[in-house]
Amino acid sequence: MNIVMAIFGAVSQGLTWAILALGVYLTFRILNFADMSCEGSFALGGSISAVLMVNFQWNPFLTLIVSTLAGAAAGAVTGFLHTRLKIPAILSGILTMIGLYSVNLRVMGQANTSLIGQNTLIMMIKGLLPEAKELGIKDSTLQTWVTMGVGLVFIFAVIMILYWFFGTEIGCCIRATGNNEAMVRAQGVNTDKMKILGLLFSNGLIGLSGALVTQSQGYADVSMGVGAIVIGLASIVIGEVLLLRVKNFAGKLIAIVVGSIIYRIIIAVVLQFGLATDDLKLFTAIVVALALSVPVLKSKKGMIRKEAR
Amino acid sequence: MLKMTNIYKTFNPNTVNEKLVLRGLNVELKDGDFVTVIGGNGAGKSTMLNMIAGVHFPDQGSITLDGEDITGLPEHKRAKYLGRVFQDPMMGTAANMEIEENLALAYRRGQKRGLNWGITKEEKELYVEKLKMLDLGLETRLTAKVGLLSGGQRQALTLLMATLQQPKLLLLDEHTAALDPKTASKVLELSEQIIASYSLTALMVTHNMKNAIQYGNRLIMMYEGKIIYDVSGEEKKNLHVSDLLEKFEKASGGEFANDRMILS
Repeated sequence: MNIVMAIFGAVSQGLTWAILALGVYLTFRILNFADMSCEGSFALGGSISAVLMVNFQWNPFLTLIVSTLAGAAAGAVTGFLHTRLKIPAILSGILTMIGLYSVNLRVMGQANTSLIGQNTLIMMIKGLLPEAKELGIKDSTLQTWVTMGVGLVFIFAVIMILYWFFGTEIGCCIRATGNNEAMVRAQGVNTDKMKILGLLFSNGLIGLSGALVTQSQGYADVSMGVGAIVIGLASIVIGEVLLLRVKNFAGKLIAIVVGSIIYRIIIAVVLQFGLATDDLKLFTAIVVALALSVPVLKSKKGMIRKEAR
Repeated sequence: MLKMTNIYKTFNPNTVNEKLVLRGLNVELKDGDFVTVIGGNGAGKSTMLNMIAGVHFPDQGSITLDGEDITGLPEHKRAKYLGRVFQDPMMGTAANMEIEENLALAYRRGQKRGLNWGITKEEKELYVEKLKMLDLGLETRLTAKVGLLSGGQRQALTLLMATLQQPKLLLLDEHTAALDPKTASKVLELSEQIIASYSLTALMVTHNMKNAIQYGNRLIMMYEGKIIYDVSGEEKKNLHVSDLLEKFEKASGGEFANDRMILS
């Protein structure tokens, strides 16, 4: 029973973190831009959502909008540093990320903000449902189900919007920019604008994801974004490896969500088997490094085979 | 229609790699001119084309197109006037996108792009029709990824994309240099056919002297960032490769034309 509950928890966690993975996918795969600023914008979304609720008694749904916009603004800063000031992509992201660490401390005025006793988004929806006792389940179980439902609704909306947007003229230009900048400029498109737009979209989603995670886990922490890019990448590569055959764009996005859930299940399982929480980040890093090196390892193997012939 | 006046360009100024590429270049094209450009490596042919396209900007001098000064206009803003095919077949198309998506991007060159669908149904019919003209069987593979095509197919597609919206000026930068001889001549024929059917003005850089004589109505030879020979009409038609080699040797003070020019 214990492991089943842990897996349910993992699925609901995977769903709230999946939006982060979708955001990372936009930059890493579509725009071909390793954007480190996501670590900062994830915590920024969380901090803002928590502070608006605790200090200003905002409705949790409204805080999500502000978190999304703040994340988008952070992405725009990275885009500005990279395109206008010609700072290399990876460094632009790192600068934004480091800057946001201080910003997040300023926003919260402390290193973390607890939502204990607050009517969080999950609590609000749970309040609309019958009591857990009446349903004959534990209170924590009901909370997990609600989190899953919320995650699913948001993911559905995000995938619909992304599917539509990347089918439009501007969306096509962003995809092409990640593919071949010279060609896109030759077709009369300002590639700088497309990059900024892509970063803005991506970090907006990541800010939203940070806010959702904060609402479901009940606190925001200034270091909650540490390793976010790696977690996003882990979800992407797991999704890609599992659903290799999927060629359609919506299918690819769904694969990432599945990847995010499976990543959380893997984590839950290895924790059950006694891996120390402190070692989780190292574990994740190794998983991602291995998954990303699959194409190289495969081609090397192929070369050896060819030589053997 | 195109006028480049007294263009100077130095790459990597004030470094050990400093290279003065264009030294007072003057070019004027008339409407409907199909000009072939030849010259040794480093003569400034590609730099000239990139300067027209806005990839590089001149240190000195001015460029006007149909009376409009485009000297400082960014690349993406002058793209609406220009069709371009590059030397590298990978450069003109987006490999991870479908053939029709690539065409749709090119179809909107010079137009405002918004939140309408990236491709419409009517367009696809147009693309099928245009792809049939290439005679490469691409019309049945609209949704195939461009990365699956051969170099020649990609170059032909790029050529089609460059002319889908009729450009004021078509820039062909050694666009057959990376292809095998058979494919190269096919792409060249296609280029000539498209240029003739839309009566386009075109600049074609080539390393192949025979092609330079065979195609177009005018020939320009460049050496050390300047034009040293400019011939058109009957005189051009009667040229031989040996005449060009002689001109080249005279200009370079007896220095031999590089191997690539002699061999091709």
